[in-house]
Amino acid sequence: MILAIIENAFLSLIGSAIPASAVVMLAATGAMLGERVGVLNLGQEGLIGIGAVYSVIAVLSWGVESPWLAMLIGMIAAAVAGLIFAVCVVAFRASQVLVGLALALGGIGLSNQLGVNRNGTPIQTLFREVNPGGVLDNNDAVSAFFFHDPVVYIAYVGLPVVLYFVLFRTRHGMNMKAVGENPAAADAVGVSVTGWRIFYSVLGAALTGAGGAYMVLSFTPTWSPDIARGRGWVALAVVIFAGWRPGWAVAGALLYGSMISLDTTAQARGWGLPFMGASDLSFFLSMLPYVVTLVAILIPAGAVKLGRRVRSTAAPAALAIPYSREER
Amino acid sequence: MTGESTRSSVEARGVSKAFGGVAALDAVDFEVRWSEVHALVGENGAGKTTLCNILAGIYRADAGQVIVDGAERDFRSPAHAIDAGIGMVHQHFRLVEPMTVAENIHLGWPETPGVVSQRALNERTEQFMVEMGLRVDPTAKIWQLSVGEQQRVEILRVLARGARVLILDEPTAVLTAKEAEELFAVVRDLAAGGLSVIFITHKLREVLAVSDRLTVLRHGIREITRPTEGATASEIARLMTGEERVLNVEHRVVTGDPALELRGVSALNDRGITALHDVDLTVRSGEILGIAGVSGNGQTELAEVICALRGLESGAITVDGADITSMSVRAVTDIGVGHIPEDRIGMGMVLSAPVKDNAVLHSYWTEQFSQGLNLNRQSVIDFAKKLVETARVQTRSVFATAGQLSGGNQQRLVARREALAADRLLVAAHPTRGLDVNAAQEVRSTILDKRDSGCAVLLISDDLDEVLLMSDRIAVIYEGRIMGVFEAAEADREHIGLLMGGHSITEAVA
Repeated sequence: MILAIIENAFLSLIGSAIPASAVVMLAATGAMLGERVGVLNLGQEGLIGIGAVYSVIAVLSWGVESPWLAMLIGMIAAAVAGLIFAVCVVAFRASQVLVGLALALGGIGLSNQLGVNRNGTPIQTLFREVNPGGVLDNNDAVSAFFFHDPVVYIAYVGLPVVLYFVLFRTRHGMNMKAVGENPAAADAVGVSVTGWRIFYSVLGAALTGAGGAYMVLSFTPTWSPDIARGRGWVALAVVIFAGWRPGWAVAGALLYGSMISLDTTAQARGWGLPFMGASDLSFFLSMLPYVVTLVAILIPAGAVKLGRRVRSTAAPAALAIPYSREER
Repeated sequence: MTGESTRSSVEARGVSKAFGGVAALDAVDFEVRWSEVHALVGENGAGKTTLCNILAGIYRADAGQVIVDGAERDFRSPAHAIDAGIGMVHQHFRLVEPMTVAENIHLGWPETPGVVSQRALNERTEQFMVEMGLRVDPTAKIWQLSVGEQQRVEILRVLARGARVLILDEPTAVLTAKEAEELFAVVRDLAAGGLSVIFITHKLREVLAVSDRLTVLRHGIREITRPTEGATASEIARLMTGEERVLNVEHRVVTGDPALELRGVSALNDRGITALHDVDLTVRSGEILGIAGVSGNGQTELAEVICALRGLESGAITVDGADITSMSVRAVTDIGVGHIPEDRIGMGMVLSAPVKDNAVLHSYWTEQFSQGLNLNRQSVIDFAKKLVETARVQTRSVFATAGQLSGGNQQRLVARREALAADRLLVAAHPTRGLDVNAAQEVRSTILDKRDSGCAVLLISDDLDEVLLMSDRIAVIYEGRIMGVFEAAEADREHIGLLMGGHSITEAVA
């Protein structure tokens, strides 16, 4: 009996953690793309908002009926924001930190403004869960792990596999890493540092925008102000936790997602146990994802400090450093 | 030597280039032939690297033409130059440290297969190495290699891409003597195989050893291009440096009250180890006391304790009788102590600030430049302009940032500023390090003028020639101890050399 309750709770945790962290996963992949070529975009939070609000507008105001098309519109909007960011920091060599923060705050403000009349309007155009039908039994365990919408599969399997392949098995990936590690070296052998940095900043922004779109087209599914609620920042932390490796980002995102789900599951089930003098656990649980994120980033940082420099998990050496060929 | 072909491979015609308004190259003509090693010779800042960066597509010329194999080319990026068969190996290697040799050779190369495995890359690399007759372990990470091996990777990478003109920028600067010999052999082989090699250097021995022809640049202007055969080292040296101003230094014996006095001074270095042991020194007004010693024997700490940048463990320091032991840096500056620091860029100036602000970096609070909280901008600008003029600092204007100045000009600026600030004592740490001959002479003249005007000078240098040339008295430092002090007249080079190496006076005299 107890076992069944625990199992039940665990499965429902997993079942909700996976989609809950898909947003983080998409944003982390987007951030990682930029960072691999040396561009740190702190504006993830704003890009999620922009991706989300334009998907909402597409559905509610433009009558878009396909969730894919709505997501694409959200991605394009985020990509435009990403392009503005990239032009500022790559072409004009503005501080990536400052422009990134401006994008985070500006993106949140812009999306809240655009979404102001659409608060709480339910969205009907949703991604549907994939049900493999006869192949698997429709029991709780299977559905918790495997019955999700296609975006989840893309975020957790498709993107990491593709990105891993590109980064570690292709000429293109080798050049990408060189741009992030030593742009002068890449430039000297004819790789266009500016071009690649802009391209991957924009592509990364589009992926983060897809994360925002996914929130409103499946997860929430409605617009509410400040929709990202810190997921953009968490995505940046997940990239560090993952040591800029796509596979590890899955682990990082799921860790974060489980904490979010723990919070919502606990609230739904009324696990209002007294804790540390507080009348219930909910504030502690709401805080937990961020505490765990903080601890998770300290692990690789600590490993670098304790052991000899762990090269495979170190940040790209030229991260956040603008490149100029004629500098003396 | 070789060079039966006289057809030119690459040519620069009337090429000019300026940085921050200062000309680095002024209408330079430069021509290299197939099958030759062409030495490009000049002092620091002569424009050698700038010229080659233009040939390699890294910089674009402000004026002039680049002609490759008879056709005019306009390189917009290094990729264009590589396509035209021109490859450059930079003084600071352009390698990606966490990657392997094989990966670095295949970086940014269109012939690298789109989908690659480490094994395939290693095999391809092995194959090139056999073809080129140069070897490095393809699976090694760059950071694991010696500097000579890294250079070989750079050369292999350039050759693998089909470079027919190879530019080597100061290739021996980082090599051991043995590695340099190996490099010379490689370079000769490549030229014998029909390639052009441009060999940038300021070492005359190398020019004579390796090149078929040579071109001398000075201050961005071509002095001469000639066959190496028949050239002498002294002739090339004269062309490189121009007519030298020979410094005539009259050594003096000064008596009188000491301007600077150290009594029993001991101090720790940054790692907490005793760097100065019980040092006693005296410098009188109007004399230069030179500190001779091998780098790292406490010279840095000595300069720092005198300028109040480092605390004492014991002992006392007085300037004109005033105890400065517990004074702040500003107080010490205010009583007339100037300091030309060893680390000019880190300690001597603020690179991102304009020249005018750097000119008043430690006098801006004086009445000359400020009233209360207000800075008198005009007086700062006037002062900076005068300083720039008298120190012969080449800059577009006093509003340009210090970072835009070349190293020599930065040094001139700091040296003159500190000399002006020094009423009683000037501490000059390695004041001419990294300067070419003429700039060094100017800085030395500045210091000598200071002495003649009655200022006390403490000169720290690891160049014994400089110490012997400039000093009225010489103190030798070894492991933080003063091994002996001599009048210039009685200073014996060999004797001082022995003391610098840690022998005691009795051993040295015996």
